[in-house]
Amino acid sequence: MDIVIAVVSAIFLLLGGFLCVTGGVGILRFPDFYTRIHATGVTDTLGAGLILIGLMLQVPDVLVLVKLVIILLMTLFINPVATHALAQAALKSGLSPLLQSKNHKGG
Amino acid sequence: MRHTLNLSLILAVFWLVNSGHYNPLMLSLAAVSVAFVVYITHKMDIVDHGFHPFRLSVKLVTYHFWLIKEIVLSNISVVKSIWLGNKTISPTLATLSVSQKTDVGKVIYANSITLTPGTVTVGIQGDQIVVHALLRESMDDLKGGEMDRRVTELER
Repeated sequence: MDIVIAVVSAIFLLLGGFLCVTGGVGILRFPDFYTRIHATGVTDTLGAGLILIGLMLQVPDVLVLVKLVIILLMTLFINPVATHALAQAALKSGLSPLLQSKNHKGG
Repeated sequence: MRHTLNLSLILAVFWLVNSGHYNPLMLSLAAVSVAFVVYITHKMDIVDHGFHPFRLSVKLVTYHFWLIKEIVLSNISVVKSIWLGNKTISPTLATLSVSQKTDVGKVIYANSITLTPGTVTVGIQGDQIVVHALLRESMDDLKGGEMDRRVTELER
């Protein structure tokens, strides 16, 4: 039973790690601020979520489990607010987004 | 008064879960800090008005399961366009109208849009929200209005 939990947890951790790296690659690849924000969304939601679920499978006691759940919930509530604040600040200060017609530059 | 009691209870549980130390000194410090936070929220006058968080909770569960499904699907599409390169993205900016009446409903909708990768709420003004999307298809999904309808159902 222990080995099953360890393997499942490892799969979650690896998948989460892959998604976090993908988010980082997206930040480097995408052409402007607004598109880069979407890349961080991958790290924020499933990347962090899968890593936390992987950790939840290995907890030594209930208190740690509850803390991990709280971290997950807080991440899911706070990240969109921060992302929205950044995007709105960018738009208000006059940074105009690249739209579809101009962005075919490869990458 | 009921909200004050609820708030104190939630804060106390939150403290107990986060602490893990249950000796008399720590517990009395906890009581003082909970009382202080409740006092501050009273001074700020943000308890006892408007939103009742417990009325929404049953419907919220089904909504959250649907939202998790959406988050997974949109994660896959964003990951795909990250690895396939910039030729596959089609950034769009559009103004959508929202059908929620309450502030909480609008916040839930705007947060859900931002939480799904590939779409970000850039601004809210009255009944209009400005959304930036990485892919034209995810903007079309939003215009289809399924998420809007589901959040509006939460308000009833």
